[in-house]
Amino acid sequence: MSLAGLVALVSLVPIGFVVWSLIQAGPERARALIFRPRVGELLLNTGFLTILTMLACTFLGLGCALLVERTNVVGRRIWGPLLVAPLAIPAFVTSYGWVSVVPSIDGLSGSTLILTLAYFPLVYLPVAGALRTIDPAWREQARSLGMGSIRSFVSVTLPQLRPALLGGCLLVGIHVLAEFGAFQTLRFSTFTTAIYEQFQSSFASTAGNMLAIVLVGCCLILVVGEYLLSRRRTARVGAGSPRVQEPIRLGRWMAPALLALSTVVIGALVVPLSSVAYWLGLGGPAVWTSSVWSAAAATLKIGAIAALMVTVLAFPASYLAVRRRGVVSATTERISYLAGSMPSLVISLALVTVTVHYLKPIYQTQFTLLVAYLLLFLPRAMVSIRAGLAQSRVELEEASRALGKASFVTLWRVTLPLAAPGIATAASLVFLAVTTELTATLMLGPTGFRTLATRFWSLTGSIDYVAAAPYAALMIGVSVPVTFLLLQQSRRVLGR
Amino acid sequence: MFTKRHLVLVTSSITALVVLAACGSTSTPAAQGGSGSNTSNAPTASGAAPTDEEQPLDPSALVIYNAQHENLTQAWADEFSKENGGVKVQLRNGSDLEMANQIVAEGADSPADVFITENSPGMNLVEQAGLFAPVDPGTTSQIPAQYSPSTGKWVGVAARSTVFVYNTSKLTQAQLPKSLIDLADPAWKGRWAASPSGADFQAIISALYELKGADATKTWLTAMKNDAAIYKGNSTVMKAVNAGEVDGGVIYHYYWYGDQAKTKENSSNTALHFFGNQDPGAFVSVSGAGVLASSDKKELAQKFLKFLTSKKGQEIVANNVLEYPLADITSETNKALKPLSSLEAPVVDPASLNSVAVTDLMTEVGLL
Repeated sequence: MSLAGLVALVSLVPIGFVVWSLIQAGPERARALIFRPRVGELLLNTGFLTILTMLACTFLGLGCALLVERTNVVGRRIWGPLLVAPLAIPAFVTSYGWVSVVPSIDGLSGSTLILTLAYFPLVYLPVAGALRTIDPAWREQARSLGMGSIRSFVSVTLPQLRPALLGGCLLVGIHVLAEFGAFQTLRFSTFTTAIYEQFQSSFASTAGNMLAIVLVGCCLILVVGEYLLSRRRTARVGAGSPRVQEPIRLGRWMAPALLALSTVVIGALVVPLSSVAYWLGLGGPAVWTSSVWSAAAATLKIGAIAALMVTVLAFPASYLAVRRRGVVSATTERISYLAGSMPSLVISLALVTVTVHYLKPIYQTQFTLLVAYLLLFLPRAMVSIRAGLAQSRVELEEASRALGKASFVTLWRVTLPLAAPGIATAASLVFLAVTTELTATLMLGPTGFRTLATRFWSLTGSIDYVAAAPYAALMIGVSVPVTFLLLQQSRRVLGR
Repeated sequence: MFTKRHLVLVTSSITALVVLAACGSTSTPAAQGGSGSNTSNAPTASGAAPTDEEQPLDPSALVIYNAQHENLTQAWADEFSKENGGVKVQLRNGSDLEMANQIVAEGADSPADVFITENSPGMNLVEQAGLFAPVDPGTTSQIPAQYSPSTGKWVGVAARSTVFVYNTSKLTQAQLPKSLIDLADPAWKGRWAASPSGADFQAIISALYELKGADATKTWLTAMKNDAAIYKGNSTVMKAVNAGEVDGGVIYHYYWYGDQAKTKENSSNTALHFFGNQDPGAFVSVSGAGVLASSDKKELAQKFLKFLTSKKGQEIVANNVLEYPLADITSETNKALKPLSSLEAPVVDPASLNSVAVTDLMTEVGLL
C-alpha cells in the first residue's frame, strides 16, 4: 500500500502546485492575470486547434482504418505499418520537416495540418484493432435483415467502434494540449508557448503559473469527459469471434482510395523524412560532430534508466489494480492518470518551483528529471502492464500458491513470465517517450545535460536547419525500431 | 493475504529504490557542444571526451549560466580551458531574464559561478538582488567605462546594435521609418515584425522605457500588439522579411551580418537601416558578465572574466558571432560592420535598464 500511496502523493505535485500558486498570487493578482484579453486569445487559439485536430484525426484515422481493414485496397499489409510509422516521428520533427521546406506553413491551419499528420495514428491504431476484433456476426445479421452496407455500418459497426474512436480522439486532444516544440516553427501561440515565453522572460513567475492553471483546466475537461464517456461503454462479453471477413470490393473507387492513403503517408512520413534527408545531404559528414554523439549517448542512457524505473514502479500498482480492485488502488490509478494527462510543461514548472524553493538538494539533478518522467509516463506504463496482467489467468497464480509455493516464488515464476509482454511493452513505451521528450528535459535537466531533443530544439530555434538534421535523424532512428517492436507485441496497447 | 501482498510490495519497492538510488548517483556525459551553427566546418568538441563517471555537476568545473549565444560562450570556454591546463567549464544555457530570475530564485545556493547575458537588464536584476561579487579592477579597466555599470558589479563584454532590417523590393530608402517610434503609426499595420518574447527585444524596450518613460512605452507596445507580426526569434524575423512576408523587422545587427558572411539564404533580399540620431531604435545593447558572490570558485571565475575582456577574448567575439567587441582591437571580420563609434546610439546607462517593469508592461498589453 505504501508504494501506491507514494505514487499517488507524487502525482499530486502538479495539482498541489496549482493550488499553491493560486494562494500565493492572491485573488487580486490571480484574477488580473487569468481574466485578461491575452488569455482569451490563447483560449481561442488552443481550443480551436484542439477541436479541429481531434476532428481531423478522427476522420483520417477512421477513414484509413476502414480502407485498410475492411476493403480490398491494394497493399493492405503495407499500408498498416506505414500508417502507424508517423508515431515514430515526434511532432516537432514533423513540423521542422514541413516548415524548412514550405516556410509559409504556420498559424492555426498549419498547426492543425502538422498535428493531424503527427497524431492521427493515435486514432487509427485502436480503430483498426477494434475493426479486426469485432465479431462480424452482428453486421451479417443486419445485412441479412435487408440493411444496406452504409446503414449497417452506421447502426451496427460504428457503435462498436465508439470506445476506440473516443479513446483515440481524447488521446489526441491531450497530446495537442501538451504540444510545445512544434509551435516554435509554426508561429502559433498556445498556452504552452505562452507559458514558456513567460518562463523565458521571468523564470517561474506568477503570470506563467496563472496561464498554467488555465491549461490544467482545459486538460481536466478532457480527462473528466473521457471518464464520464468511458463509463457508458458497452462491456464486451468474451472476445467475440473475429473471422476473416469478406472485404468490400472497391471497384472503381480503388484509385481514389489509393490516392487518399498515399496522400496521408506522403504528408506524415515522406515529407518529414525526405526533408531531414535533404538537410543531411546539404550538411555532409561535417555535421556529425561529437556533440551529436554525446547527446545521443545521453538520450539512450536516460531513456533506459527511465524505462526501467517507471516499469518497476508501475508493476506493483498495476498488479494491485488488476488483482485486488479496491478503493485505494482505484484512487491511485485515477490520480496518476490525472497527472499523466497534464502537459509536461506544467509538471516541469511545478517541479522547478518546488525544488528551487524547498528541495534544493535535488534541484537540477537527474533525480528530479526522472521524477518528471515518472509523473508523465507512469499511466502509460500502467495501462500496458494492466493489459498484460489481465490476460494472464489468475488461476495459474492460485494454483501455484495452492501447491505451496511462497508468494514471491509465485511472482517470479508465474506472474512475471505471464505479464512479461505487457511489461516489455510498457518499458518500450516509456523509452520511446523519454527519447523524444523536450520540455521537462529543457527545464529540469542538470547543467551540461543535453539530449537529442534539446539540442535539436535550440538549433531549429536559430533556424540552423542543417545542423539540426542529424539530431532529427537520430531521434527517428531510435524511435522506428521501438515503435515496430511495440506494434508486433501488442496491437491494442498503443492506442490507449 | 496481507503479508503476501506486503511481500510483493516490499520487494518491488526495494527494487525501485535501488534503481532510483543508482540513478541519483549515475552521471551524464556532459555534452560539450560544438558550435552547430557553422555548417561548413563545425568545430569539434573541446578537450577529452567526458567520462561516464562524471557527475552532472562536476564539482571542479566552472559553471556558467549562459544566456549569450551558445557557440560564442563555448568558444570562450574552449579557449579558456586550453589556456588554463584543461580546466573544465560547463554551460547551462537559457535566456537572459529566465536565468537572471533563476539565479535570484536560487539565491545563495546558486550553482552558477559566472553569469553571462546578451543584454544588460538581466545583469541588473541579479545585481539588485545583491548576488554579484565586485569585478576585479584589472578586468573592468580593459573595457571603456561607458559599457560597464558604475557600480563595478559586472562588466560589459560585447555589444549589439538595434537595426531595422527591410526587404529591398518592398521599401525604398525614402519609405524607411525615421524613428522606432514611427512604427506605432497605423500606416505600418501588418508590415513590420519583431520577436517580443526574446530577451533581445525586451532589452530594446527597456531602453525605450528609460528614454521615453512608462506611458509612451505602453502606448507604443499597445500599437505593436495590434499592428506588428509576431515571430519567435530574431533569425526568424529576418527570414520572414527576406521572404517578403513583412516589409521590415526590428532585430540586432549581427544576425544579418552573420547570414551575409555565410550563405545569405535568409538575407539576400534585405538591407539594414540604422536609425542613428540618438533614437531609441539606435540603442546599443551591452552584453555583460559577472561573478556570483555565492561562487566557491571566485578566483577562477574572475580569471575567466579577465580573459573575456582581454584581447584574445574580444577577438573571439569579433570572429565568432560578429557582435561588437568592446576592447580596442582590430579585427578583419569586424571590418564589414558599421563602426560602433558611428552608430549615434542614445546615451543609456546600462545599469538603469529595468526588466521587471518591461515584462510587466508587456504582459499587461498582452504581448506576453
